[in-house]
Formats: sequence, C-alpha cells, structure tokens
Amino acid sequence: MLSTIYAVLFYVATLVLVGGVGYRIWEYARTPAPLKIPTTPAPTTWGGVVWRLFKEVVFFESLWKANKWIWVFGIVFHMSLWLIFLRHVRYFQEPVFTLVALAQPIGKYAGLTFMLGGLGLLARRIVVARVRFISAPSDYLMLLLFLAIGFSGLMMSFVSHTDIVAVKAFFLGLMRFDIQPLPADAPLLVHLTLVALFMLIFPFSKLLHAPGVFFSPTRNQRDNPRDKRHVAAWALRMEKAEGGQDTAMNKS
Amino acid sequence: MSEQLDDKAVEDVTIDPQAQADPLFAPQPVAGKTRDWKSFPAEEKFQQPLGYPGPKPDDWKERALAKMDELRGKFRSFRVFLDICVKCGACTDKCHYYMGTGDARNMPVGRQDLLRSVYRRYFTLPGKWFPSLVGARELTEEVLDEWYTYYFQCSECRRCSVYCPYGIDTAEITMAAREILDSVGVGMKYTNEIIGKVFGIGNNLGLPKPALQSTLEDLEEEIEEDTGVKVRLPLDEPADVLLVTPSADFFAEPHIDGLIGYAKVFHATGEKWTLSSYASEAANFAMFIGSYENMRRIALRIRKAAIDLGVKRIIIGECGHAWRAAYSFLNTLAGPFDFLDPNYPVPQHICEYTWDAIQKGKLRFNKEENDWIKLTYHDSCNVARASRMGDYPGGQFDIPRNIIKAVCNNYYEMPEDTIKEATLCCGGGGGLLTDDLIPLRKAGGSPRMKALKQVREEHGVNKMAAICAICKSQFTKVMPDHGFAIDDIMSVHQLVSNAIILPGSEQEAERDGADDEREKETSA
Ligand code: SF4
Ligand code: SF4
Ligand code: SF4
Repeated sequence: MLSTIYAVLFYVATLVLVGGVGYRIWEYARTPAPLKIPTTPAPTTWGGVVWRLFKEVVFFESLWKANKWIWVFGIVFHMSLWLIFLRHVRYFQEPVFTLVALAQPIGKYAGLTFMLGGLGLLARRIVVARVRFISAPSDYLMLLLFLAIGFSGLMMSFVSHTDIVAVKAFFLGLMRFDIQPLPADAPLLVHLTLVALFMLIFPFSKLLHAPGVFFSPTRNQRDNPRDKRHVAAWALRMEKAEGGQDTAMNKS
Repeated sequence: MSEQLDDKAVEDVTIDPQAQADPLFAPQPVAGKTRDWKSFPAEEKFQQPLGYPGPKPDDWKERALAKMDELRGKFRSFRVFLDICVKCGACTDKCHYYMGTGDARNMPVGRQDLLRSVYRRYFTLPGKWFPSLVGARELTEEVLDEWYTYYFQCSECRRCSVYCPYGIDTAEITMAAREILDSVGVGMKYTNEIIGKVFGIGNNLGLPKPALQSTLEDLEEEIEEDTGVKVRLPLDEPADVLLVTPSADFFAEPHIDGLIGYAKVFHATGEKWTLSSYASEAANFAMFIGSYENMRRIALRIRKAAIDLGVKRIIIGECGHAWRAAYSFLNTLAGPFDFLDPNYPVPQHICEYTWDAIQKGKLRFNKEENDWIKLTYHDSCNVARASRMGDYPGGQFDIPRNIIKAVCNNYYEMPEDTIKEATLCCGGGGGLLTDDLIPLRKAGGSPRMKALKQVREEHGVNKMAAICAICKSQFTKVMPDHGFAIDDIMSVHQLVSNAIILPGSEQEAERDGADDEREKETSA
C-alpha cells in the first residue's frame, strides 16, 4: 500500500516536473525577443555567448559583481546541490557511473554544506532589511523546503540509517513499472514526500530560474545589431501589412 | 508586498557622514517615501497622436490585463523576467534612485514586484490559488496609481541588469508597464507631448526648419569669428553623411558646443555632410515608454531622410538613449539599410568617426587649449550598458576616452565601481527629465555627484564630460547643488572643438608660427 502511494506520487511528480518544465521551455523558446537587448559589453559571437552563460551558471559571475555574501551562500548551496544530485544518481542505475561512485564520499558532506548555504540564504532573507522587504511567504517556504529535504537526508546519512538497498530496488523498480517494497522509515518517507513536493512546484515557481537563465535576452543575445538585421516574426508581419518599410516610412 | 507604508519615515532623512561620502551608500528601505513624486499625466490631446486612448476608459482593467497578456506573448524579456526572479536581493542596492531616496519601491526588484504581483494573480496558478502566499494582488485603481508613480521613477538605466544573476533588466519591466499604462489612457505628459512634437515637427524641441536654419547660420558665423575659417553646417543638402543629433544640440549649452565640434571635425576631414530638418532628432522617446510601434515611426524618419538626401552613411550625435535606439534598434525598426555604403556600419557614432579620423592623422590638436580643465568622464548608461562603439565589446568605454585623451592633458577617472558598466545614471534619463520630477532627479543624481566630488577632492577635477544630451541637461540642473557651476558639464566634442586646429585657421597660424619660433630656438 505504502509503496503504491509513493510510486504513484513519484510518477505524478515526474510527469508534472518534466511536462511542466518542458512546457515552460517551449513557451520561452517560442516567445520572440523582438529587440537586441544584451547587457553590454556583450559577446559578438555565439562562442562568446556560450562562454558568458557558462560563467553565469557555473561561477555566478554577475552575482559575484553584485554581492559577495549572496555569492558565497549561493555558490555553496548550488554546488552542493549538484554533488548531492550526482550522489543520488546511484539510486537509479546499476551499475553506477564511475563519476557517481566517486561522488559518494564527497556527496555525503555536500549535504552539510548544502544546509550551511541554505541557512546563510535564509539568514540574509531575515536579517537584511532590503531582502526581507522583497520576500513573500513563498520565498521563506521554498528555502525551508530545501532545508527540510536536506535535514531529513542527513538524518539518514548520519543518524538513523535506512535500508538503502531496498530504496534503490524501489526506484529501479519504478523505472521498470514494477513496484518494489519501500522501507517504512519516517525520515525516508518525509524526505521522499518533500522531494516529490519540490518536483511538483518546480514548474510553477521561481525555480524556473534554472531553465530561464538560458532564455534571458540580456545574457543570451549576441551584440551584433549593425551586422545582422534582427526582426521578430510579428514585427515583420506588421511591416508587411503596411506595405513594407518604404511605404510605412512615407506614411509616418 | 506585505510591508506597511510608513509615513513618518518620509521626514527622517538622517544623513550620516558615510552616506555623504560613499557614492554607493544604500540606506535602509522604507516603502512609500517618494510616492508623492509624480509627473504630470498626459491629457487626451497628447495621447491621441501616439494612438493611445484619452482619459481612462471604464473597462481599463480588462484592457490593461489584455495588454499584459499581449506583451508576454510578444516580448520574451517580459515573460521570462517576471517568472524567474528568485528574490535573491542582489539588485536591491544597485539603483541610484534607491540609493538617493531609500524608498523600497525603488529597489529594482521592489519596482518589478509592483507589476509581478499583478501578473502572478492573473497569469500563474499559484497566484490564482494562493495569492497571499506568493505576494500576488488584484489590479486596482491604487495599484495602477502606484505603477504610474514608480515606473516613472526609473530611468531605464539597466544598472540592475548588470548585477542580477539572470540578467533581469528592470528597464524592460518599466517599459512594459508604461506601455500598459498608456494603453489605458494613463500616459505621462512630458514623454508623450515630446513624441507628438517629433511626429508633427521633426524634433523633441519643436524647432521648425527656419529656426534650425538660422541657428546653424549663427553657428557658422561664430566659428568664423573664432577661427577665421568658413565651416559649414548644412541643412537638407545632398551629402555623403547624414548627421542625426539630439535637438538639444541646436539649442542649449553645452550641447551646442558639441555640435560646433562635430562641424569642425567634418570640416577638417573634408566630409560632405548634412543635417536633416525632417529627421532633426536622434532622441527616440518612444523607447522610454516601451512602444515598439511609436519607436519605429520615429526611426523610419531617419530612413526617409537618408533616402531623400541620397546619403551613403548615417552618423549619430552625442546622446545616450538615442545611441541605443540607433545602434541596437535602428536596423531592426527601419532597416534594412542596404542602400547605404556597405563599407561603414549603420549607424555610426560621431565618436567612432572622430576617433577614426584621429587615428588616421586627419585631425590636429593643440591640447594646451584644454589645459585649464581637469576633466573626468561620465559614462552614459545607454552607451555603456545598452550599446557599443567600435568593433570589440567595451569599445564604448575606450573610444570616448581615447578622444578625450587626444585633446586633453588632465584626465582623471571617477571610482572604478561608478564607471563603465557600473556607471551611475545622471538621474534624469528614461523620460524623467521634466521639472515635475526635480526632487527625484536630484536624489537620483546624488550617487553620481558623490563620485564626482571624490575626484574633485583627490585631483581637483573641475569639469565633467558626457556624450548624452539628457545627461548634460540633467547635470546643469544638479551640479550647482554640489558646488559646481552650470557649465562644468561639457560635451566631448566641445573639448575637441576647443583643441582642434583647423587648416587655414588663426589657431594654425599661431601654432605653426610658435613651432617655427621653437624650431629656430632649438636649432640656434
Ligand atoms: S538580482 Fe535578479 S533575481 Fe535577484 S532579486 Fe534582483 S531581479 Fe530578482
Ligand atoms: S533600470 Fe536603472 S533606474 Fe530602473 S530600476 Fe534598474 S537601476 Fe533603477
Ligand atoms: S540620461 Fe544619461 S545617465 Fe541618465 S539614463 Fe540616460 S544615458 Fe544614463
């Protein structure tokens, strides 16, 4: 029974996450950016744009320029998240990639740094008046959700161990549509419920910053407006409806 | 959205010494401090030429939401920026209006949230289901009023977009908000009246052709008096180069000295150039109100002038947002420009032209003419963060400085974190250069003024140069409050004009005479 409930929960959460984020990406991709608005100085080539985005998502370049505290907490938080993610891949493969195997020991401590980063961000939200002002209840709840996920995970790593072999069997089973028994340990169930919740709200929340940053016109455009004419489809239609630029020009 | 408006804080502007000196000092946030700083709204007669309704129609709310829906389909920036802000706070202390006023709504994200909260309520699931959880709210008269106030307290300078980890540019939200406001009849008089003048007469100042003609003739006389050389300022003549410059250049100091500078440069290089009375304005205020259609109508005037006058190149005079509108948008709005000479980028900046001429050795200077000046340079936001000069990123910082250093011996930079991409806005950009908003303009200009005062103290700087008509006008208003004279703001081409030695001029005779003397002395 328990296993079935969690199986359904994860199927639904996965559908919502993949479908929802996919839909958002599709929305962002099909919405035109009718004007060239890169924040300059901006790269003039695609290679340059890739490098700019790489520095943005890996090193948080703009954030570094903006505020060293947010940068430190932010980078610790996100890098830990990647390590934790890598560590968790082992629940979905057999045998695991070498990289995933290597991440196991570090990943364990990444859980601790993750909490540290998250607590730092939460502290800033509460202590710095400017950040407090712009925070809605959902902004606190989102951080608390992450912290709770981290905490329940750490409980299992360091305090009351769960039967991870069974957990792995459960998730490998899910991937084959074959529901295996899930251990009924409280920390595990809390952990999994919160993770599913996270997956469910992702496409409707500010977590969209993850795919969204790649669609930010101020960061992903080339600075080449004089070399190449950049026009949105709707703007071209408008031009055509007016009989072309020169007709429009004589009217205005 | 939850913070209460706090009235008593409006009074308590405690200025501690740190706040007085540090250009980037950010005060504690208080919401509503500047909510009474409002510009005059546009009457119907100023709305109508731009295609906007007059007084607010009864169904304004439906129309506003429909407009919002339309914009999120047409502008990816609008949709993505509204979705992805994580409220990290990195931008909160980056806006000069926030630094100058301490009003929490002037923090870039605070400003965005005025609109984001409504967007969430009507266009997102969490906002529909749990409005108070995600800070979503209904669109009401009060909200609309708040939009009008605070979206006209943003100069669209893009400083916030430099620091946001996702590049969220509040200027994009401001432009969209103004477009929504205009679409429900709540326009701003200053911007909309001016755009109407461009459509009717051809420039922001409403100067008709005869007025332009006589100004240009006066300038020709003035130059001849000063130099003994007949330098022409042609209007509507067939030429190779069309110069489009902000109309302030025809009208006021120090702008007009910049125009004299352009004319001298063209004269010295032997360029066949002309101004146009039809496109007698480089500024494009429709950019400020986020109206693609109106922006295009203004841009098309430049296209028409270029075709009618049969020119090969288009060059833009000193103006910040005009350079953005030209460099970044002209090709999009009014292109393609395949009828112009493909050997030159379209358009070019006058500084690109002048620097090119300097590099080719076409211009001669006597830098000593500027020796009484200790200069610093204000990077205009729209040049710094929204466009480029030359053929590499960052050329927009180097080229004006290169020109300055070629004509001026004493040059000093303001603090590193207040120049180039981090430049502080003058406080009057984005369509806020109106007397209705003087307190805001002064507060917004204060961070820049603090940076300027630092170089005055350290190096004895007595003049600041800029390449933006709005910056120049704004600084003539703001600098006197800080112990500077009204003419301590200069055009870059004014410095060029001071130092240039025109062939056949009195200055040339003097100079070469002096050189001869010196040569004689050394050879003796
Ligand atoms: S820096 Fe960007 S993401 Fe952070 S609060 Fe400001 S707008 Fe939002
Ligand atoms: S664009 Fe400039 S004026 Fe507007 S919010 Fe950002 S920093 Fe402030
Ligand atoms: S007027 Fe000048 S400083 Fe001010 S926003 Fe425009 S370019 Fe920036």
